[in-house]
Amino acid sequence: MLMLMRLSFIARAVGHSTRISAARPCSLRALSTSTRVTTENTAAATTDRTSRPFRVAVIGSGPGGFYTAHRILKHVPQATVDMFEALPVPHGLVRFGVAPDHPEVKNVINTFDEVAENPNFTFIGNTTVGTFVTPGSRKANLEIADLRPHYDAVLLAYGAHEDRILGVSNEEKLKGVMAARSFVGFYNGLPSEQDLPVDLSRSDTAVVIGQGNVALDVARILLTPLEELKKTDLTEKTVKILEKSAVKHVYVIGRRGPLEVAFTAKELREMLQLPNTTFRMDEKLLASEMERAGKSLDRPRKRLMGLLEKGIKESKPDQPKSWTLMFLRSPLGFHGNDQHELESIQLGINRLEGDAKSRKAILTEQQENLKCGLAFRSIGYKSIGIHGVPFDERKGIVPNMDGKVMDKDQNIIPGLYASGWLKRGPIGVIATTMADAYQTADTIIADWTRGEPMLNTNKETPKAGGKAILEKLSAQGHKTVSYQDWKKIEQKEFELGARVGKPREKFLTVEEMLKVLD
Amino acid sequence: MAAFIATSARSVLTKAASFTPRLSSAFRSGSASWTQISTSGSSHFVPKTARFSTASGILYTKKGRPGPGQGFQVNFVMQDGEEITVQAHEGESLLDVAWANDIDIEGACEASLACSTCHLILDESSYSKLEEPTDEENDMLDLAFGLTDTSRLGCQVLMNKELDGIVARLPSVTRNAQQ
Repeated sequence: MLMLMRLSFIARAVGHSTRISAARPCSLRALSTSTRVTTENTAAATTDRTSRPFRVAVIGSGPGGFYTAHRILKHVPQATVDMFEALPVPHGLVRFGVAPDHPEVKNVINTFDEVAENPNFTFIGNTTVGTFVTPGSRKANLEIADLRPHYDAVLLAYGAHEDRILGVSNEEKLKGVMAARSFVGFYNGLPSEQDLPVDLSRSDTAVVIGQGNVALDVARILLTPLEELKKTDLTEKTVKILEKSAVKHVYVIGRRGPLEVAFTAKELREMLQLPNTTFRMDEKLLASEMERAGKSLDRPRKRLMGLLEKGIKESKPDQPKSWTLMFLRSPLGFHGNDQHELESIQLGINRLEGDAKSRKAILTEQQENLKCGLAFRSIGYKSIGIHGVPFDERKGIVPNMDGKVMDKDQNIIPGLYASGWLKRGPIGVIATTMADAYQTADTIIADWTRGEPMLNTNKETPKAGGKAILEKLSAQGHKTVSYQDWKKIEQKEFELGARVGKPREKFLTVEEMLKVLD
Repeated sequence: MAAFIATSARSVLTKAASFTPRLSSAFRSGSASWTQISTSGSSHFVPKTARFSTASGILYTKKGRPGPGQGFQVNFVMQDGEEITVQAHEGESLLDVAWANDIDIEGACEASLACSTCHLILDESSYSKLEEPTDEENDMLDLAFGLTDTSRLGCQVLMNKELDGIVARLPSVTRNAQQ
């Protein structure tokens, strides 16, 4: 019943931002919309919420945070959103995760800019909220408890900060073994990854462990002609490193078979179109797996397998570069030389067991050794918990029901919400995060409209929002960054990029970003 | 966990296809300023600076929206079953038509074939009149929720005489919360 009520509200809310509604002509549809909303408000008049501001704090400025803010501002005219971001620059993985040669994916930033121009939206950059529970974590500027008195709702959308490790020997000891996540952060200019030692000149062979889109991004960056990458916003620092790259052959390794790959068609197609690059994979394995699956394959999977078949058929042998999809392999350990540099990776050969939907890789006694000077583990990201918020260590997410945060006994925590990768785990494309952020936004809107308890709402007193917090931070000498400030930083990045024929040249340190504002 | 279904059993409303120009929620230029102009006797607002997904869209801003009997008819069916009938110019994409008429389709990548958020489900007859989707469009459709045999990306379907009267249904946002 509750769900029905909420859903009908969602269906009814044909929303527009306040700015646009104000200028909107009285068309038939507009009239009927406003009538419907009024009815809704009357129904929810058990609280005084219709007449007071709705204060929302958002932690994180990636797609999970921005799309939720977008939806709330669109549907609740009296909502104000304060968005906290640890870095001086917004947009999370759209800036630091999306590959530099996928500029079209970054068009979503236009929507985020539009959200930021809403007078009820405030960006508070260079400000961390919530100290990570990991021992030794730096204390955050603010804790969730500091926000509570000032807001009706707090949305956690700070994403996934760590990568999953393999847990095999020498993984964290040898030069040349690194997280794909760190490498992606490095080449996209993420300040915290700029000290990553990246030497691509030592060996002609790299291995990527994992078969998702991040794995293919890494492989593609390593194999794409540099003159192409120089036209993107790949950092100049990375361009210099790629100029010295000796990498010619990339192995992309998965523990299961072709039916279980996690990458999607667009990314595979790009790999198959790389110039002067041979594609290799076990043709017999593909054929037997496809025969095995038969008609049970859904359309996306069928197309993906078709693309692999075509790739094998059309691959030109003996090109100067190559990439190989290897299946049924699990890394058992890394071997290094006397200088602690990676020399090879020991692989166990698997067989698959279990039913078609959830096949498991089982190690056989067979092993093989693959010589390589670089290895990127790309088996997934994970979120980290922060103090004062429930966290499911096993799933690596904040436990929630449609975005409403729950404690370990499955009780709803009023006023606390999650969206994005922190809510559902680090999977899916931006459109997935958008749909999921809208779900959380609809939960928040429904709770507000129906008079559900939110933060400290035993007494319905209006909250003041971030003003007091900003004043406190300012008194402590802490410098926050507004969206207007970010636009100045961005303008400078555009200018620096234009000099070298790129869309932008990113600043690599927080200090450089802040210096633009002096 | 329970599937999340954003549809309701609300009664179906059919809107009269009157010439009621509306401001597009997709005027993504936040600094757009609004000017009152008068067309066909009805007064309405258009933005001075509007960014559209296609060059043709910009052209139509100048031309205004086609009235009833002008252009080609597009019938959008919303997630809740509501039908909204609007008119489209020749060559205009369904995404542009939707945006120009305040129909809430995301179009996150702005027609650059990098997402699937303008996914529409067409009537069979109209679908069969279209050329096959490109590989790139199919790649994105593969990522769409609720893919059907007559699914297309709204940014790739350009209106013409043959498609007059097309029915384009917005897919229900059905997601498994654990997915």
